Amino acid sequence: MLDAKTPEGPIETKWENHKFDMKLVNPANKRKFEIIVVGTGLAGASAAATLGELGYRVKAFTYHDSARRAHSIAAQGGINAAKNYHSDGDSIFRLFYDTVKGGDYRSREANVYRLAEVSNNIIDQCVAQGVPFAREYGGLLDNRSFGGAQVSRTFYARGQTGQQLLLGAYQALSRQVKAGTVELHTGLEMLDVVVVDGKAAGIIVRDLNTGEISRHSAHAVVLGTGGYSNAFYLSTMAMSSNVTAAWRAHRKGAFFANPCFTQIHPTAIPSSDEFQSKLTLMSESLRNDGRIWVPKDPDETRAPGDIPEEDRDYYLEVKYPAFGNLVPRDVASRNAKTQVDAGKGVGPLKNGVFLDFADAIGRLGRDAVADKYGNLFEMYERITGEDPYQVPMRIYPAPHYTMGGLWVDYHLQTTIPGLFAIGEANFSDHGANRLGASALMQGLADGYFVLPYTIGDYLAPQLGSTPVDTSASEFDQAEADVKAQVDRFLATNGTRSVDWFHRELGKILWDHCGMERSEAGLEKALSEIPALREEFEQDVRVLGSAETLNSSLEKAGRVADFFELAELMCRDALTRRESCGGHFRVESQTEEGEALRDDDDFAHVSAWEWTGQGSEPVEHREPLEFEYVKLTQRSYK
Amino acid sequence: MATKVSHGDDAATGSRRTPFLVELYRSALGKKYLMAISGIVFMGYVLAHMLGNLKLYQGPEEFNKYAEFLREGLLTPILPESGMLNLLRLVLLVSLVVHVVAAVQLTRMNKQARPESYRSKRDYVAADFASRTMIWTGTIVLLFVAYHLADLTWGWVNPAEAGATVYDKVVASFSVPAVAAFYLVANLALGVHLYHGVWSLFQSLGINNRRFNHWRRALAVGFTVVVVGGNLSFPIAVQVGLIS
Amino acid sequence: MNLTLRVWRQAGPDAPGRFETYEATDISPDSSFLEMLDLVNEDLIGQGEEPIEFMHDCREGICGTCGMMINGRAHGPQSMTATCQLHMRTFQDGDELVLEPWRASGFPIVKDLVVDRSAFDRIIEAGGYISIDTGSAPDANLIPVAKQDADLAMDAAACIGCGACVAACPNGAGQLFTSAKLAQLNTLPQGQPERYERTEAMVEVMEEHFGSCTNMGECEAACPKGISIDFIAMMNRDYRKAKFRNRRSA
Ligand SMILES: Cc1cc2nc3c(=O)[nH]c(=O)nc-3n(C[C@H](O)[C@H](O)[C@H](O)COP(=O)(O)OP(=O)(O)OC[C@H]3O[C@@H](n4cnc5c(N)ncnc54)[C@H](O)[C@@H]3O)c2cc1C
Ligand code: HEM
Ligand code: HEM
Ligand code: SF4
Ligand code: F3S
Ligand code: FES
Repeated sequence: MLDAKTPEGPIETKWENHKFDMKLVNPANKRKFEIIVVGTGLAGASAAATLGELGYRVKAFTYHDSARRAHSIAAQGGINAAKNYHSDGDSIFRLFYDTVKGGDYRSREANVYRLAEVSNNIIDQCVAQGVPFAREYGGLLDNRSFGGAQVSRTFYARGQTGQQLLLGAYQALSRQVKAGTVELHTGLEMLDVVVVDGKAAGIIVRDLNTGEISRHSAHAVVLGTGGYSNAFYLSTMAMSSNVTAAWRAHRKGAFFANPCFTQIHPTAIPSSDEFQSKLTLMSESLRNDGRIWVPKDPDETRAPGDIPEEDRDYYLEVKYPAFGNLVPRDVASRNAKTQVDAGKGVGPLKNGVFLDFADAIGRLGRDAVADKYGNLFEMYERITGEDPYQVPMRIYPAPHYTMGGLWVDYHLQTTIPGLFAIGEANFSDHGANRLGASALMQGLADGYFVLPYTIGDYLAPQLGSTPVDTSASEFDQAEADVKAQVDRFLATNGTRSVDWFHRELGKILWDHCGMERSEAGLEKALSEIPALREEFEQDVRVLGSAETLNSSLEKAGRVADFFELAELMCRDALTRRESCGGHFRVESQTEEGEALRDDDDFAHVSAWEWTGQGSEPVEHREPLEFEYVKLTQRSYK
Repeated sequence: MATKVSHGDDAATGSRRTPFLVELYRSALGKKYLMAISGIVFMGYVLAHMLGNLKLYQGPEEFNKYAEFLREGLLTPILPESGMLNLLRLVLLVSLVVHVVAAVQLTRMNKQARPESYRSKRDYVAADFASRTMIWTGTIVLLFVAYHLADLTWGWVNPAEAGATVYDKVVASFSVPAVAAFYLVANLALGVHLYHGVWSLFQSLGINNRRFNHWRRALAVGFTVVVVGGNLSFPIAVQVGLIS
Repeated sequence: MNLTLRVWRQAGPDAPGRFETYEATDISPDSSFLEMLDLVNEDLIGQGEEPIEFMHDCREGICGTCGMMINGRAHGPQSMTATCQLHMRTFQDGDELVLEPWRASGFPIVKDLVVDRSAFDRIIEAGGYISIDTGSAPDANLIPVAKQDADLAMDAAACIGCGACVAACPNGAGQLFTSAKLAQLNTLPQGQPERYERTEAMVEVMEEHFGSCTNMGECEAACPKGISIDFIAMMNRDYRKAKFRNRRSA
């Protein structure tokens, strides 16, 4: 059984008291500690900047050519905080409660409470940094209600919230780079964690432009390397997002928690052909005013505008009168799938449902709609060539976020001492389903306000020790492994591109471990994935050399890790014979076809231990106890 | 407020004893400032010069009197004879040196910023002919001024006999078709230079107010048309016999 | 659609480069420009030729990674559109497309269509931030910001750091990028204490890497986020004030 090391005491004071109880590194000693931070997304950049400010010596790494380009930049909607600026009854407790409930009771209460607690500090910090959040005429911050929340707690900066928050963190990081506390390495991909005497001692990185492999050691290693929904090939993630850092840590002994908890976002633009490379998300905020429907007749041929009301099926409004189009993401997604599977999909490939603004335009006027959603409409038109003011948008669910990730305790430490995971790379806080506008909150909470303090507790007792020398045999071994893999890819010289394999893998995952999972499907996937991986190893074609920029080579390593991860995702999904949040097992549903949780058997975190390729991973469980939130079946009727 | 603010490193921002303008001139941005200011001086000059030259249409007497007045009358009660003119000349000369040296230095810097030009054909959207040829139109104007001085001020290359009045010199010069043509070309170049320059100087000086921005282009066009239109008319008038 | 591509291929930073001609066949007009390149690359790999390297990541116009010259225009022919957002329906069947990397001494070529834009990071490091340590900020609503200032700051903050402004500028100037960051921070009340030092420091580093601005406006036309050259004027003004202030306080 896994111990999360959650501190004792009432939830409201756990974090405060614990901060007091943790061991401290005295300011003068901080510069005697070296910390490696991998990733410069919201989580990584905020952590590296804060650690630098505190006085630690930080080395930050990203494979991006600039720290500003991390995937976090793409977040559109907003960031939650329990400021209650609108006096609509919000509070830390309510944000905590909503987040646990939204996560379908599969997250750790103490972590979520802490997240809600520091959410307010995040907003203060970001505003002071110059993040241009939307304002009201009085000059105070504006909020909106997002993702079906009953209160207005989402702060936003046009449709570019993630961008603005990331730039804020990137700028804070740049300030530390100038101050000399952070050494920033861009264009370097971490390919292994080095563990010496059971503790994280450093990393192996490869320079993507020159192929040079180098070793770096430190007192502690922090991974803020993002999520893995690109395992599905088509997702809303940036093209290069991958699981490699987390996965290689997993192979070195870090447990991987709840890998099957992936979020499928309901409002992406459906793909237009089979060569589509990625899916574009349309902000969830569109569901505030857009109405979702499909034609009642699968053989409908009329233009959408010509279909009379009585021939339209506003299926969400009918089925969930209380929440209507604002049901949580998993519910909206699954229902869209049901409609498309029933042949009622719209668009040339019949692979979407309508999101219609005709009513909103009629009610609010075109200008008001343009004011709210203008840039999203423009983006939609640019991609599809259709004008959403005239023709309803077409949307379809797409993989979007991964709640699963490296298992971490209350200190955000993985099962490898000295290795920490923050942001989307860890599994904490969102349970089986993430609410809108809470990933940005978590990334920044971890990076600005949690990790910089909890890491001190690990470091303090090591005062006086120096980082392991990079000539240690463990570094030799890790570097040799990395080199061997690179050479193997280049030597294989098969017939198919890396992308081809990735696409095939994605199809298997999407079909069997996507919005709906069944025992039979998962078994099938578990037999298909290893076969395809075998083929990948024999038949992949990577051209060029390792000495210059070579994106096929980069991708080959990432796809190799996706293969192993995909297997674990399916295994996890198979083991969890209940439906919860984004994980829907057909065997576990109510009579009306809604997700049915099984709290007696599955109120736990599944954390998997790697036991070698081809050998079954071992499941460890962290039981979840709910003292403050009452477990109920979610109902959005 | 608990905001922590770091204070800039004084040593890094350079010695503070250098005069403001020299300090400004060190950076490319500052050079542009001084180019804009010298450009304004030139604008004032060419406008006044053109207006004064309109007296050509009033005949030799008026014009010569005006030329005389420029040399002697201008503010004579206050300054010694020719004093004002010399002061003006000094301002013009300094402006010219600053404007030209900065232009050459910035052009060189820009060349270094793109040592390898694009191999494919550029498809410009906003950069017009005028803005892309400032250094060339400027050079033509510079050559013109040199010739112009040799022609009318010093009389070295003027076809009229020594001792001729200014009016006669102008007419003699403009009667030669090649010279008239050169004046036309040079003034067209000046026009192109001004068309971009007058608009550009507002940007360079940071005079920017969204409410008035659309006037900047209008001013540039208006100014250019007035100055260049006037200037072009003189050689043409001589050639067609309106002035003789 | 069928198209002819003339693509700049360059094996490395110091290797000589040249144009190669490729045919892109059977392209759907609904596919994106980069998907078209993906397909060309699949073909190349099939034929045993190294794929064309190009920059991209988010493919939705926000990360600022993508960018190349397409027929002499930075980010191609569609205004307010990053390369990754360009769709093939913008082109005609049979078109010839010439693809070239950004060219500027501040952006050395890495390979094929990939350039190194880290000079932009150096500019931000010089002062493109507000110095506030984590945890020391006052409550967010204690600093009211006039809505029009917040909106202006947001307009400027929309810059994605793609470098198209430098690529498009006939002088290879970094003015639009630098001025956008300055305008964001210099407009907000939080940014006032460091306003003039920031301006001087960022301009100085900008000039180490890039050319000077002669107000051609090509940058604004190429910018996928519509950053206005008004910000350049604002920067020029702040710079003059910065220089003047520093003298006076001497
Ligand atoms: C389209 C979209 C919209 C979204 N909208 C919202 C929203 O409105 N609100 C919200 O709260 N959340 C939203 N999210 C989710 C949120 O953006 C992400 O969960 C969050 O930004 C993740 O941040 P991160 O710092 O953990 O990781 P990332 O931002 O993904 O950063 C990962 C970093 O790690 C680096 N890295 C990874 N692997 C390696 C390696 N091996 N070596 C070196 N470096 C490596 C990368 O270079 C990068 O710097 C959205 C997500 C998407 C896809
Ligand atoms: C009567 C003569 C001239 C006038 C009225 C004039 C006017 C101007 C003006 C108003 C500007 C704009 C300044 C700015 O944007 O800040 C300018 C710019 C410029 N001038 Fe001149 N100029 C004259 C002569 C010259 C000469 C002789 C040269 C050089 C050989 C020259 C070269 C340039 C260049 C290269 C620019 C830069 C363009 C720019 O920054 O926009 N000019 N000039
Ligand atoms: C066609 C138009 C022009 C005419 C008819 C004209 C005429 C004259 C005349 C007659 C003089 C001599 C004055 C004297 O010696 O008493 C003169 C001087 C001068 N002109 Fe022009 N000019 C013209 C255009 C220009 C232009 C375009 C410029 C600048 C760009 C210019 C710059 C000068 C200068 C610098 C002098 C010398 C002034 C001095 O005495 O210091 N002129 N011009
Ligand atoms: S100003 Fe525009 S063109 Fe320049 S880097 Fe920013 S977004 Fe790109
Ligand atoms: S194109 Fe270049 S010249 Fe200035 S206005 Fe833009 S930087
Ligand atoms: S790929 Fe991110 S902006 Fe184009």
